[in-house]
Amino acid sequence: MREVALREVFGETLVELGEAYPNLLVLDGDLANSTKADKFEAAFPDRFLEMGIAEQNMVGVAAGLAHLGFIPWLSSFTVFFTHRAADPLRMLVAQTKANVKIGAAYSGLLTGYTGKTHQDVEDLAIVRAMPEMVVLAPLDAVEARAMMHWATAHEGPVYLRLTRDPSPVVLPEDYRFEPGRVLELKPGRDLALVGTGVQSARLLEAARLLSAEGIEAGVYHAGAIKPLDEEELVNKLRPYPKVFTAEEHSIYGGLGGLVAEVLGAHDPKPVVRIGIPDVWGESAPNDWLLDHYGLSPRRVAERVLKEVKG
Amino acid sequence: MILSEAERQELERIAKKVRYLILRTVQHSGAGHIGGPLSAVELLVALYFKALRIDPKNPTWEDRDRFILSKGHAAVGLYAVMALRGFFPLEELLTFDKGGSRLQGHPDMTRLPGLDMSSGSLGQGLSPGVGYALGARRLGKDFHTFVLLGDGELQEGMVWEAVHTARRYELGNLTAILDYNGLQQYGWRGAGRGDRKDPWEGLPPARLFAAFDWRVIEIDGHDFDEILAALTLARKEARGPRPTAIVAYTLKGKGLSFTGGKHAWHSKVPSEEDVRRAIEELGLSPEEVPL
Repeated sequence: MREVALREVFGETLVELGEAYPNLLVLDGDLANSTKADKFEAAFPDRFLEMGIAEQNMVGVAAGLAHLGFIPWLSSFTVFFTHRAADPLRMLVAQTKANVKIGAAYSGLLTGYTGKTHQDVEDLAIVRAMPEMVVLAPLDAVEARAMMHWATAHEGPVYLRLTRDPSPVVLPEDYRFEPGRVLELKPGRDLALVGTGVQSARLLEAARLLSAEGIEAGVYHAGAIKPLDEEELVNKLRPYPKVFTAEEHSIYGGLGGLVAEVLGAHDPKPVVRIGIPDVWGESAPNDWLLDHYGLSPRRVAERVLKEVKG
Repeated sequence: MILSEAERQELERIAKKVRYLILRTVQHSGAGHIGGPLSAVELLVALYFKALRIDPKNPTWEDRDRFILSKGHAAVGLYAVMALRGFFPLEELLTFDKGGSRLQGHPDMTRLPGLDMSSGSLGQGLSPGVGYALGARRLGKDFHTFVLLGDGELQEGMVWEAVHTARRYELGNLTAILDYNGLQQYGWRGAGRGDRKDPWEGLPPARLFAAFDWRVIEIDGHDFDEILAALTLARKEARGPRPTAIVAYTLKGKGLSFTGGKHAWHSKVPSEEDVRRAIEELGLSPEEVPL
């Protein structure tokens, strides 16, 4: 399967959007060669603002620009938005409904040997709890691009969770993003696997492994953590007696928490949350990390077999 | 801007009414800040009645000057000034801090037209001010952006990120006004209290702004002539590369014998008797105390 890194899509799509929206600016926190916002700088040097290593200020400057009618897209690592700049993100952007787009690069575990300081596995819990904030985690290159087009046309703050390294392209080129939808990537019979972000592609692979064991798992993708069509989620998961969620995020407050909350209220059934347990990450090769935290297709399949067959 | 004697007297009269409105509003709501709003009264009156290019009937006018109250806990002072300037009826001050009010404990731009930013968590107002000033340059607009800061919030690192960025982007159209009343919530200067001492001893804020190559103007923050001279000077060089910092030396709780210089009045609620005493000390006539 073809693989593309979402950060490459971020840079390329910023250029497309820059052509379509003359009022679009990119503000960077000295990481554009990592986030690939440097592609935008190459295309529109006058609309690229290098704000330096000062993320709180970058977020605040963006709020001012947004209230003048600009559309600021921000470029930095996830952790520096949701942790370092959490207060300005909350008070200046979310609370004022500022039209700021947060390009949260390097989310999750696979951050290029940076370790626990840079592995932000708490971001969804933080931004999802902020009113007015739209929270998106694309499955692949196609959805990342579609979400960026949607986010730029949308009036209000949007948090876009991006990843560093290449991941499979799953969706067809003509895919149209609709906020709130829960995508069925593969129908199933025995249980459901629900993912968000690039983890959903790993669940497809896990489902193939499970098929060989005689278990038919349905695979679902929640690209929008907020807003989420709760009714659609409940209906799509209704046929399944048991649900597994998986995400490059803490098992607290992310997709697993969300699915458990919704099912708990409308259709109670067991929900197994696969993710980072209550521990900090570490620097290691990607394959090691995915195996270690139970997120690789093989480890997800093993966990499902253990839960189902005992 | 040179004030005539009549103009000066008019501004001083407005300042007295604002002081009364601050006490009356907080007394009525049963919660709010006193000391910080009182130290900023002359600065706010000078801005809203003379310096700012604004239209109270058209608060979202796109060419208006932008004003951000970074020290958001002085909201009640800003509301009193805006009400007197005609942004909303005076009576609305009595809704301050009530459920559903446009006059929140800290300024909320999504509720009250005329506010250019929400604030309350300290140290954040200068950054959106940089955004406005940067945006004005890009749009070729000549509106000016003013941000009112407290000295306490200068302890927040984000302020200095903004100070650095403003100079780097050569934002002469941005002016920070420091309401330097020198007293914080827990009274840093109290004698005999552990390590308490003046947080800016040996590091005067004027020198800190100057170190970032801002133009610094030091004034008496209760003197209308000095305030307006500084604001005029700031706007005059708006096309230049250096932002302006007006360091206004003020007294926390200024204007009343029982609040002046007393950190206990940071967020103390006045009694009806306190309000009566304030009216007497300020020398206001019955028609000047409408609420």
